[in-house]
Amino acid sequence: MTPFALIGTAWSSIGGNRLRTGLTLLGIIIGVAAVIALMSIGRGAQEDITNRIESLGSNLLYVRPLDGDLTLDDALALVDPVFAPSIVSVAPEVSTGGSVTYRITDAFAQIAGVTPEFAEVRNFEVASGEFISPAHVQNRKNVAVLGSQTAEDLFGERDPVGVDIAISGLRFAVIGVLESKGATAFGNEDSRVLVPLTTAFYRLSGERTSEGDITVSLINVQADGERIDEAQQEAETVLRLRHEITDADDFTVDTQQSVIDALSEATGTLTVFLGAVAGISLVVGGIGIMNIMLVSVTERTREIGIRKALGAKRRDILAQFVTEAVLLSIGGGLLGVGVGVVASRVLDGFSLAGSQLITVFSGDIAALALVVSAAIGLFFGIYPAARAAQLHPIEALRHE
Amino acid sequence: MAGVIEVTDLRKTYRLGAIDVPVLNGVSLAVEHGEMVSIMGPSGSGKSTLMNIIGCLDAPTSGSYLLEGEEVSRWGDARLAATRNSKIGFVFQTYNLLPRLSALANVELALQYGDRRNARARSLQALESVGLGHRYKHRPLELSGGEQQRVAIARALVKGPAIMLADEPTGALDTRSSAEIMAILQRLNRDEGLTVALVTHEADVARHTRRIVSLRDGLVVGDEPVPEPLQAAGGVPV
Repeated sequence: MTPFALIGTAWSSIGGNRLRTGLTLLGIIIGVAAVIALMSIGRGAQEDITNRIESLGSNLLYVRPLDGDLTLDDALALVDPVFAPSIVSVAPEVSTGGSVTYRITDAFAQIAGVTPEFAEVRNFEVASGEFISPAHVQNRKNVAVLGSQTAEDLFGERDPVGVDIAISGLRFAVIGVLESKGATAFGNEDSRVLVPLTTAFYRLSGERTSEGDITVSLINVQADGERIDEAQQEAETVLRLRHEITDADDFTVDTQQSVIDALSEATGTLTVFLGAVAGISLVVGGIGIMNIMLVSVTERTREIGIRKALGAKRRDILAQFVTEAVLLSIGGGLLGVGVGVVASRVLDGFSLAGSQLITVFSGDIAALALVVSAAIGLFFGIYPAARAAQLHPIEALRHE
Repeated sequence: MAGVIEVTDLRKTYRLGAIDVPVLNGVSLAVEHGEMVSIMGPSGSGKSTLMNIIGCLDAPTSGSYLLEGEEVSRWGDARLAATRNSKIGFVFQTYNLLPRLSALANVELALQYGDRRNARARSLQALESVGLGHRYKHRPLELSGGEQQRVAIARALVKGPAIMLADEPTGALDTRSSAEIMAILQRLNRDEGLTVALVTHEADVARHTRRIVSLRDGLVVGDEPVPEPLQAAGGVPV
């Protein structure tokens, strides 16, 4: 038989029982749609995380202490046109614990002491009021800039600028509110309270190194344009010299890219996992096809006998039933792609437990789902088809 | 005249569990081109088994079967299927048409597994030769029993077979339709030289052919010409 005749024959038998065909297709449709929807969600998460990290500043390096201390002087030393020409600017941070209270309202927030450079290096804009100034740092002023979430937690809709809050029992004047950035890998960027670095160090944490220097918990380093690798090397060199290191570093320098890579790997695994879970339903759909093909072979035993009497060879019968199974699975696959695309559109921007779901659909997911569904049709169609092909013509003709 | 079928000492034994059931015990039979022969016998005589072997649907346990001079008794599935397709035209008691397909598509089915050239035109022509050219669009259930059997005859005819094997072709039909079918078979045999072998247990049907082979217990017990075959009066407009 020609492929054309095969498809025609398969089409007419599939069309012969619409309800049953529809239900069989449904298994594949749900499987393929689930694969596409879940993989789109996985991809969306991947892309979202990458975007958010990049929005922190695309040319950022993070210097963190390992088993030693990083001091404010370390941070300032990194801005050096001779030894570190690729580093534009640094923003040291002092993280500290403590409660944030307005009257009787508590807010959960990270408290960080920062310098004026922080806003530029970390890409923060002030939504209202002003940011911490050099004078605030110089004079250890009790002023605070609130993240948008913290401002909302404490003040609701009101403008907090100019109002006093309490941080660990000390009075701070709110001078500004940051624009919203959303959650990132480092926690919610909007749930934070920024105070001058010196205030945080002397008034809120009070830690000191043996030499009496100010210790910082993180140095944000802004590299010059694309020269991130150079900046990383320069930072390492400067710090090794300052710390007189001979073997293992007592600090780490991470690039934005290394953070993105690590997280992409994690979310990529998540995407594959989601796809595999959805793939299980596709396999179940394939078993549905096998089931219906076995029923169909039994029901059409006589037809098989007639075809054999008319000269159909084993491989003709095999081809006929395999074609039917593959046609079912590809048909279901195509419809499933349609449903999956619609589902991922609908889910895009859907609010789930406070955070927005982002889906990213791409053709390769659809192609993968289609190929897998066709392969499943082939795999689960072969056994019933082989049973049909092996039937003895006389017995098949006698079948009622 | 060259032989279409030459069967020599054909034996067939079915195995039912541990018991061997002999069905054919050494049948020899020759059918020439252009013959119209009946194979008669009570049920259990082995006539259906003989028919299946002649029709290449089954292989004998032993013995020789020459179909148009070729020994087919040891062939495998694919070659037998190809032979069924090109040389054998089956007509069954229960018509065996596919209910989903139109009369024309049922006839075309016979060409699907072999020579497909001009399939539609040849199928239509075959339907016309059994007087059903005008009903080619109808499905089997929209046709009477006699008409369905005529579609089956057209299907057997369309590939130009070496022999038409009819297994109780009138068994499910009323007298008038039976006469029509017999008239068509007689006409095809007389006018077109089609070789016809017909299995029946009705003496009345067998007397329409020109030779009657009788089987009993797997052996040929009689082989006689019919001196004056009955002419079926079923007039089918052609």
